[in-house]
Amino acid sequence: MTALSDTGFGGGTAGSDVVGLTAWRCRELLSSGQVSAQGLTRAYLDRIAAVDGQVKSYLLVDEEGAMAAAAAVDAKPFSARQPWEGVPIGLKDIFAVKGMETTCASKILKGYIPPYDATIIAKLRAAGLVFLGKLNMDEFAMGSSTENSAYQTTRNPWDLDRVPGGSSGGSAACVAASEAPWALGTDTGGSIRQPASLCGVVGLKPTYGAVSRYGLVAFASSLDQIGPLTRDTKDAAALLDIIAGKDPLDSTSLGLREPAGIPSRSALEGLRFGVIKELVGDAVEPGVSEVFGSAVDTIGALGGVCEEVSLPSVMRGIAAYYLIAPSEASANLARFDGVRYGHRHAGSHDLYEMYTRTRSEGFGTEVKRRIMIGTYALSAGYYDAYYAQAQRTRTLIIKDFARAFEDFDYLISPTSPTVAFKIGEKVADPLAMYLSDLCTIPVNLAALPGISIPAGFSAGMPVGLQLIGPHFSEKGLLEASHALEQHLHVPTVPVIKGVAA
Amino acid sequence: MITRREVEHVARLARLHFDEEELARLQPELEQIIGYVEQLSELDLSGLETTSHAVALKNVLRPDEPREGLSHEAAMANGPDVERGQFVVPKIG
Repeated sequence: MTALSDTGFGGGTAGSDVVGLTAWRCRELLSSGQVSAQGLTRAYLDRIAAVDGQVKSYLLVDEEGAMAAAAAVDAKPFSARQPWEGVPIGLKDIFAVKGMETTCASKILKGYIPPYDATIIAKLRAAGLVFLGKLNMDEFAMGSSTENSAYQTTRNPWDLDRVPGGSSGGSAACVAASEAPWALGTDTGGSIRQPASLCGVVGLKPTYGAVSRYGLVAFASSLDQIGPLTRDTKDAAALLDIIAGKDPLDSTSLGLREPAGIPSRSALEGLRFGVIKELVGDAVEPGVSEVFGSAVDTIGALGGVCEEVSLPSVMRGIAAYYLIAPSEASANLARFDGVRYGHRHAGSHDLYEMYTRTRSEGFGTEVKRRIMIGTYALSAGYYDAYYAQAQRTRTLIIKDFARAFEDFDYLISPTSPTVAFKIGEKVADPLAMYLSDLCTIPVNLAALPGISIPAGFSAGMPVGLQLIGPHFSEKGLLEASHALEQHLHVPTVPVIKGVAA
Repeated sequence: MITRREVEHVARLARLHFDEEELARLQPELEQIIGYVEQLSELDLSGLETTSHAVALKNVLRPDEPREGLSHEAAMANGPDVERGQFVVPKIG
């Protein structure tokens, strides 16, 4: 292994060299030979060892596998390497990674070792990325705080008493705490964007179909989408380009219309931004409103035009979502029956008892609650009143967005109505928890791409700005976000309590 | 209004069991959540189609070519109870 202090890398306390590093910076350090892949991976492992006792973002750290992958990169001549080869990454524990335990933060999948790679994992492997480990999440991605993990509570690096958001809370906290340069998450109703907002990082939910879902543990199949959580928009564009693409193993996948490339836009002249009237003002807390207002001013200062636009149906988004998502989930989670993988209740007398006891022991409270809502909504006599009505509401929301995009290039809102809340604050009130996805859910229902970028702080906690584009507008969305990011100058490195700087 | 009996019925459909304490908590929670989503019944959506997938696709086809799948052994490796290459389950009913 290269002696890092000779290269100006590795001189500080263990792991401190990677604080604030973007994936692009990692790539430059690697390609210029300033650090070896093993040196970089070791520094991230050191960083994880130094801070994860506080942050608790990782469910599994694959030190051996990561170091072996890094050593394989170092053994190759530079000329034979892929551009991102040797750059480490963290993975939400919802993707099948061959040979690496995948639990979805559920007891029912404890010990499950996937016999195959998800398509995105195969793509990351082909690109030469180094897998640091699996990141915490709400069980089966159901939640907005990561408190529904069966294993541990992840903490917000900006204030360890607060939640990181969810369900990709481990991914967001890990990137904010520099425990990986970037990470992957999934977003069904806001599960990338909301934690990105609460942890002060960038989170992109691509257009439905841009990224293959093969090997992703399914929650709500018509809404689920995989996307990047990163320190900036350039990294988000790069990671999107690595994972996107049409896949014969996911017949709903289409790929991107054009690669996102390297965002470089610095002004917003000629662009029209619609401020979604229903998602500002009284819908959000004052501190968030204030930061959002400054972001609108910044758009104006960069030559963009902001005007209010009304999308009345978005206020029905949560109601439609909490019928559609649990309905799909109740069907998707029927496969967890104790027969082929995962937990099984021992000592049942018959099959029905085995199914019932296995599922009752294996699923957590929120997962059971959603299975119950979905089963109820789909049961005889209620289907038309609930599920079909929700699907018609979905059509209404799609039409409202389509109408708005006739007048505007992008739509904007705060990502979350509040900053990160205290751990435990909302666990006893499921509906209050559901309402925290007010601004993000309509985007999934309409299958649109949405991004959250850090916009500022309210009382010391990060506030995110959400930008929404038409289907397959990722490139433009990232360009516009990049221009804004350059001028918002939001600090992205928290001081973590109990961790030496 | 969701009755206790309905909750128990739905639990049976979903192959879930709740004890008394859980039922006492779950029933009002479900009632609150279903009460919230019932707001959709206020909307007149009679002219609208249902959307099951927001990005419309139809007839996604590929050539039907054989390819390597999982080996039998790999497919069974996570089974909680496997005997002679088959999953073992308790008797039915």
